Amino acid sequence: MDLDFTEEQEMLRTSARDFLTTECPKTLVKELEESEKGYSPELWRKMAELGWMGLAIPEEYGGMGMDFLDLTILIEEMGRNILPGPFFSTVVLGALPILTAGSEEQKKELLPKIAEGEAILTMALTEPTATYEASGIKLKAVAEGDSFVLNGTKLFVENAHIADYIICVTRTKDGASPEDGITLFVVDGGSPGIKCEVVPTIATDKLCEVVFKDVKVPKKNMLGELDKGWPIVARTLEQATMAKCAEMIGGAQAALDMTVDYAKERVQYGRPIGSFQAIQFYLADMWMNVDMGKNIIYEVAWMVSEGLPCTEKVAIAKGWVNEAYKFVTERGVQIHGAIGTTRDHDIPLYFRRAWAADLAFGDTDFQREVVARQLGI
Amino acid sequence: MDFRLTPEQEALKKEFEEFFEQEMKNAPPEMGTGLEAMLSGEGFPFHRQMVRKVAQKGWLVMAWPKEYGGQDAPIINQLIYSDVMGYYRAPGTDIFGVGMLGPTLLAAGNEEQKREHLPPIARGEIMWCQGWSEPNSGSDLASLTTKAVRDGDDYIINGQKIWTSGAQHADWMFMIARTNPEEKRSRGLSFFLLDMKTPGVTVRPLYSMEGSHLFNEVFFDDVRVPARNMVGEENQGGAVTRAMMNFERSNVGQMSTLRRSLEELIEFCKETKWNGKTLAENPFIRHRLAQLAIEIEVGRSLSFRIAWLQEKGGLLLAAHAASAAKVFGSELAQRYAYTGYQIMGLYGQVKRGSKWAPLMGTFESNSQLCMGMNIAAGTSEIQRNLVAWIGLGLPRTI
Repeated sequence: MDLDFTEEQEMLRTSARDFLTTECPKTLVKELEESEKGYSPELWRKMAELGWMGLAIPEEYGGMGMDFLDLTILIEEMGRNILPGPFFSTVVLGALPILTAGSEEQKKELLPKIAEGEAILTMALTEPTATYEASGIKLKAVAEGDSFVLNGTKLFVENAHIADYIICVTRTKDGASPEDGITLFVVDGGSPGIKCEVVPTIATDKLCEVVFKDVKVPKKNMLGELDKGWPIVARTLEQATMAKCAEMIGGAQAALDMTVDYAKERVQYGRPIGSFQAIQFYLADMWMNVDMGKNIIYEVAWMVSEGLPCTEKVAIAKGWVNEAYKFVTERGVQIHGAIGTTRDHDIPLYFRRAWAADLAFGDTDFQREVVARQLGI
Repeated sequence: MDFRLTPEQEALKKEFEEFFEQEMKNAPPEMGTGLEAMLSGEGFPFHRQMVRKVAQKGWLVMAWPKEYGGQDAPIINQLIYSDVMGYYRAPGTDIFGVGMLGPTLLAAGNEEQKREHLPPIARGEIMWCQGWSEPNSGSDLASLTTKAVRDGDDYIINGQKIWTSGAQHADWMFMIARTNPEEKRSRGLSFFLLDMKTPGVTVRPLYSMEGSHLFNEVFFDDVRVPARNMVGEENQGGAVTRAMMNFERSNVGQMSTLRRSLEELIEFCKETKWNGKTLAENPFIRHRLAQLAIEIEVGRSLSFRIAWLQEKGGLLLAAHAASAAKVFGSELAQRYAYTGYQIMGLYGQVKRGSKWAPLMGTFESNSQLCMGMNIAAGTSEIQRNLVAWIGLGLPRTI
């Protein structure tokens, strides 16, 4: 057993934290929330220079050849600092499924572009059915000559409005089970027939409605095999859920740190409010939620990284962190008092993200149902 | 990072599993229903013979040095042992002698005390209890007033202890008493080892609300303790007790016990039909069971982290994490008990012994017993304070 990160991993964490603190202050975060694109191309370029987009891409495709666990460390720091933009969608929802299921040709074409920061990607999975179950996939892809023609609507697609490529999860057959008949395509974001609109959401994180109307996609852009795409989605969801957990726990830790500092500084009745037992109890519970979340997340992220079976563990981790992040930010606002409820303050940035992240890749009820099934009930 | 056990550790785990699986076949049926079963009725003799068996195996004090009957084993081995033992809900842990006094004597006892007291604990022969709380000194232990006054080669003890778990069975007690009446706080306390058969010691039972006999009052009326039975220097008892906290505090056993109990509850929900449907089909019940599974697994992950930190750097690295594990564990046990009680519906209230009691009435008893666990060994409030003070550096105001 070795429950510590390696020295290299600790260095990655420290350098990411330093870089984001300097390059992505909260003023920029707030500015980007209001912007149309939702990211800073200049910052994106600097991240590419550091090799971040290619961190988990093998060296032969222009990446740094590190693994999924390393990637979650970086994402935890992004969550801690709040980094707006398409890193998550490009790397976790784009590069990873290509690595899982892409042909050699697809990998050679797309991965170096991603690693160099030249391509923004996303995955169009959910629809107005608003579920992560295969049964929710209704968007149709029909073969026509050398192409497939896509028709339907995707909803809550991160950063589709700026994506160069959209990995679209389609239904190509009404199979024996909802999982049967799912096919993935790498769609050029500029294809005729794609209409994209940003949906205003709690975390202003550029979730889009993407309407596909007679969108032609060449057959060679199919990712994986016809009708057998669901396992790719399942693997991506496993990775994405744990990456989201890492992002969330980073945010929860930041909200906790911020609140502890405030409780030590803020004086009422002649003493810091952190000396009152009521506040100490809130903070102790917040710390427990975060610390216990870290333990389980590192354990399960390691399992995902090692390719071990972990359906139940992933659901357990997300089920815990959903509640932990909401709890920590809600108490964080409470301890900050009135100022914590204002637009100008930093703590609501985390509060709003906690409520958005809860829903991503399955809210707590969804995860409980997964766990229940795994328990044999 | 690597969360896997080594092949040697896996083999050890298997050995523990085979042993407890076999031994627990002979356990009295109520053994799995709660810790009170260990101290009463048929449970107590079963507990005592289990202590001696695991001692013979060399497992009882495996982390102690070899010269005092241990194996110098790493704390991870202890963790694996507690994990397996907890899952089988086996008795056989003498938490006071093995868990508390042993580490204290190893750190603060003189050679004579170690030679006299450690080997009998290691062999599972002597049962200890802990003389700590007093009627007016609970969380604020340092305010205690039981007196020890020097008289020649002895100290004479007068006063009262309370909430003394297992005193009705104990051979010896380790206790703290005030040797300097001028000093109100911990600087005036000393640490003594007391033979419970000494004249002037009276044990009186305190029954828990559900009827079990875990706790006692212990009265001292001119009780003579030889001065050589004082551990550490006079008035240094506070420092001696701090050494006590450095035993395996991962709490993994409780998590694996809960996991086993949850498996049992799940089986019950799969088999039991109400209104034509199994309980497990009810979405509210499914989610409550799943939520317990989530919390147990997260608690287990914390336990492994604490053991890992202890292995690396002792309890200083993990003191507030151990406090977190304690409060989380006892409160989770409470949520488990209440959830089970509610799932049973009207049957939840039926006591063990009735033909109508599901799962031997475990939820009727545990929904009451769990309250005590939020108080014993440091209340939930004190544990949260420790997390806030040690873990977060918040001002200490009491």
